Amino acid sequence: MRKTPTEITEVHSRMSRRTLFLGGSMLAFMTGLGFRMRHLQLDQADQYRLLAEENRINIRLIPPARGEIFDRNGIVLARNEPSYRITLVPEDAGDVDKVIEKLATLVELDPNELDRAVTEMRRSPPFLPVTIADRVSWDELSRVAVNTPALPGITPEVGLSRYYPLRGDLAHVLGYVGPVSDYDLSKIDNPDQLLRIPRFQIGKVGLEGRMEDDLRGVAGTKRVEVNAVGRVMRELDRREGQQGDDVQLTIDQQLQSYAQARLGDESAAAVVMDCVTGDLLAVASAPSFDPNLFVQGISVTDYGTLTSDNHRPLAAKSVQGAYPPGSTFKMITALAALEAGIVGYGGTVYCPGHMKVSNRRFHCWKRGGHGHMDLAGALRESCDVYFYDLAIQVGIDKISEVATKLGLGQRYDLPLSGVARGLNPNRAWKADVRGADWVVGDTANASIGQGFVLASPLQLAVMTARLASGKALDPRIVKSVNGVEETLPVVPNLELNAAHLAEVQRGMFQVSNHRRGTAYSQRIIDDEFRMAGKTGTSQVRNITAAERARGVTRNEDLPWERRDHGLFVNYAPYDNPRIAVAVVVEHGGGSKSATPIGRDITLQALYGGTPPLSAYPAKDREKIKKQQEEMQKLVPGREITRRNRA
Amino acid sequence: MSYLEYNVKHVPTGLRKVLYLNWPILLLVSAVAGVGFLMLYSVAGGSFRPWSEPQMKRYAMGLSVMVFVAMVPIWFWRSVSGFAYLVSLILLVTVEVMGSVGMGAQRWIDLGFMRLQPSELMKITLVMCLAAYYDWLPTHKTSRPLWVALPVILILLPTFLVLKQPDLGTSILLMTGGAIVMFLAGVHWGYFAAVIGLGVGLVTAVFQSRHTEWQLLNNYQYRRIDTFLDPSSDPLGAGYHITQSKIALGSGGWTGRGFMQGTQSRLNFLPEKHTDFIFTTLAEEFGYIGAVSLLSIYGLIILFCIAAALANKDRFSSLLTLGIASAFFLFFAVNMSMVMGLAPVVGVPLPLVSYGGSAMLVLMVGFGLIQSAHVHRPR
Repeated sequence: MRKTPTEITEVHSRMSRRTLFLGGSMLAFMTGLGFRMRHLQLDQADQYRLLAEENRINIRLIPPARGEIFDRNGIVLARNEPSYRITLVPEDAGDVDKVIEKLATLVELDPNELDRAVTEMRRSPPFLPVTIADRVSWDELSRVAVNTPALPGITPEVGLSRYYPLRGDLAHVLGYVGPVSDYDLSKIDNPDQLLRIPRFQIGKVGLEGRMEDDLRGVAGTKRVEVNAVGRVMRELDRREGQQGDDVQLTIDQQLQSYAQARLGDESAAAVVMDCVTGDLLAVASAPSFDPNLFVQGISVTDYGTLTSDNHRPLAAKSVQGAYPPGSTFKMITALAALEAGIVGYGGTVYCPGHMKVSNRRFHCWKRGGHGHMDLAGALRESCDVYFYDLAIQVGIDKISEVATKLGLGQRYDLPLSGVARGLNPNRAWKADVRGADWVVGDTANASIGQGFVLASPLQLAVMTARLASGKALDPRIVKSVNGVEETLPVVPNLELNAAHLAEVQRGMFQVSNHRRGTAYSQRIIDDEFRMAGKTGTSQVRNITAAERARGVTRNEDLPWERRDHGLFVNYAPYDNPRIAVAVVVEHGGGSKSATPIGRDITLQALYGGTPPLSAYPAKDREKIKKQQEEMQKLVPGREITRRNRA
Repeated sequence: MSYLEYNVKHVPTGLRKVLYLNWPILLLVSAVAGVGFLMLYSVAGGSFRPWSEPQMKRYAMGLSVMVFVAMVPIWFWRSVSGFAYLVSLILLVTVEVMGSVGMGAQRWIDLGFMRLQPSELMKITLVMCLAAYYDWLPTHKTSRPLWVALPVILILLPTFLVLKQPDLGTSILLMTGGAIVMFLAGVHWGYFAAVIGLGVGLVTAVFQSRHTEWQLLNNYQYRRIDTFLDPSSDPLGAGYHITQSKIALGSGGWTGRGFMQGTQSRLNFLPEKHTDFIFTTLAEEFGYIGAVSLLSIYGLIILFCIAAALANKDRFSSLLTLGIASAFFLFFAVNMSMVMGLAPVVGVPLPLVSYGGSAMLVLMVGFGLIQSAHVHRPR
């Protein structure tokens, strides 16, 4: 079939038109694509570049080294030890079971840890390392390191973990660190990213807890490039963090360790304070515990052992404990009476062994009575009736005022856990808290440190230091942070008449240096270091009339938890006070449990080491010699623990 | 004008034909393939393996096939058009049956040296068949309903077979490619208006049918449409591909991040980076300049094809040239729209650049036909 030329031309031109239309459409579409590309690549380039970087770059934290803690002489109290662990990358290991089997011949593997590791391996991508063994020894680690060619995927790793070389000797002051818990995180509003690191160690209690911000340091970061599944391809750059600030304490490690050893198995506390600066030289609490147990998380058994002990090893009794101060309170009653002008230095009170206060009989500890007593004598022999008499004349509010001046009933601002406020009662307090009127019997009780009065060993040490120095000393425990010395404030004088203070000091001197003093048998012979002090016995139960009629039961015959607390406070040398010491022995059965401890610690502090036997009364020297030998075994030597600071 | 009517004596013979090839098209096609080798080398992390080297071998083979096809007179290809279409259709049915018999969702036939996808083959043979049909059909009958219905059936048969595989991308390409040939052949405007109207209706129906028993598309295809409409709604799931693709494109900027420096592709954030999303790598590493350059080369190929078609007085030759050029255009237009977030992710490779054997071979056959039409044009 032949087409006519016109038909052909007509068909051809129509086709050309449509072709051009089609070509035009295609070009238009391509131009559209070009503009879309322009929009994405030029107009929004910055935004997409940013998104690409976010995809690619992952920021990892580098945990900083925690600040170390030193004693006043630069001895390390808390440091960071390398801790060794073994990790496995399942992808590199190939046959995981076989590798673990081989590893088990070199290192003792904890089956629980292994179970956990295997579960973790199933959940996480195969290129992420999983910890197989934690806290392995250096020997085990080296064995693994040598054999790595035979152990594909196994890497021995080194991290930092807290270590307390003194173990229990300073546990209550330092506290401890532990792995961060959900509970810890819930308490913090805007937690540091560091705390998100699993098992990151943070201060839990004590100084570690309270000075966490100084000690922790600042995390470093490294930027790594990761691919779509999160595998790290390379490290781009790193910004080093800042290690935590080192903290130097006022504590003297040698004295601290000695005090801790001297307290022994008693449930007891001792505080040694510098009478010039207010530095706390030793803050001991017994029995103690090993804070290293807590660092990696304590086991349930260990924790159970610590909490079920009736001597409460976890409690920091020296600052947290509040005890009736007993007769150690009598200096306050005496000062209040002197300040009020109720007694002169020479005035005497007759002690028949008891005193009737609003129809109730208040007994003196000495059943027969002391006879005529002046102020120094009453302190020396701890005559209760003398102080009942004074207190009733002075009234509780004046006594409470003096107690406040001497530092009782207030919480000191120390970076320690649960610093006790104690209790310094007066009329207003009883009305507010108890909703009852103060009665004269309360005053009588308070005058000898019983009844409502409560004080911590720390407060008793502060009281003694203030009595000795006549200055309103405050305790301090941090000497320097990051090498910057804390400045000592100018200590104001106590607003007390110096002559009155001297009279009380005279009484305290006689306590341990007068033949009839309650601590005479525990005196210090060395003329240079004679001490002044006060004994105390505080009852933890009421003595019934029936008991009294039978004759007071001897403490030794009572069950432990019903025995009296023994207390002793002292300062030395009496004419130029350098240190003040307070000792409390829970249920020690009376002051005789605390006095020798106080004396021994005082001598240890004054001599800066083991004192010569000549400082002790001749008849005790044999016994003391044996004791000193025993102590030397318990106190770690200086040469072991000293470390030069860079 | 049919090939019988022009003077065959003026057609070059023997190896002289090589001189009469449409060299601009050949060179531009080679340039695109070259870009492909470069990008495949880059996405493999600077290695000829596993993609660049096989792709080069395939291109060399494709080039030989193209020259071979170009040497064969166009009237021979015209005469086998119907047969070729039929073979393709049978192959499509075969993979469909094989798929349902139990070899899984297999879309290809293993020829030993390569895997042939009948749906790819169909893209060329459908255009050939339609071109031959309109060459044969007297022009005054072109717009008669009966003579319109026949090519529509020729188009829809393979389209539905491919859609059942299911391969939405290829079925759209087949349908659109066929429609373009009909349009060029001079079918009345009215039919196209009607079909477009119908298409809009169908799309509405597709959306309306969702969650009903007569749901027209697979759930994954619906999700792709959802993701297309709002990729940010599911950035880690279904929208991940397109979001990452746009990040890669956008981060290129003017000049790109440099050869082999594209973080999105190198760190595997890009999906299918060696096949459907290879354009994104190009745009990321060579920036706007690189991307527009490639787009321009594609545009030039289209322009040279249109010029060749317009210069060719043979109806079959022009229709075939334009049909194949249109199929080629649809390929890269859909792929680029897809990676730029303008179209759903339907799985259409970037022609001559994406890694893949049968797509490349089929395209080279197509360009061979264009060359043959050019070499053997009436003079």
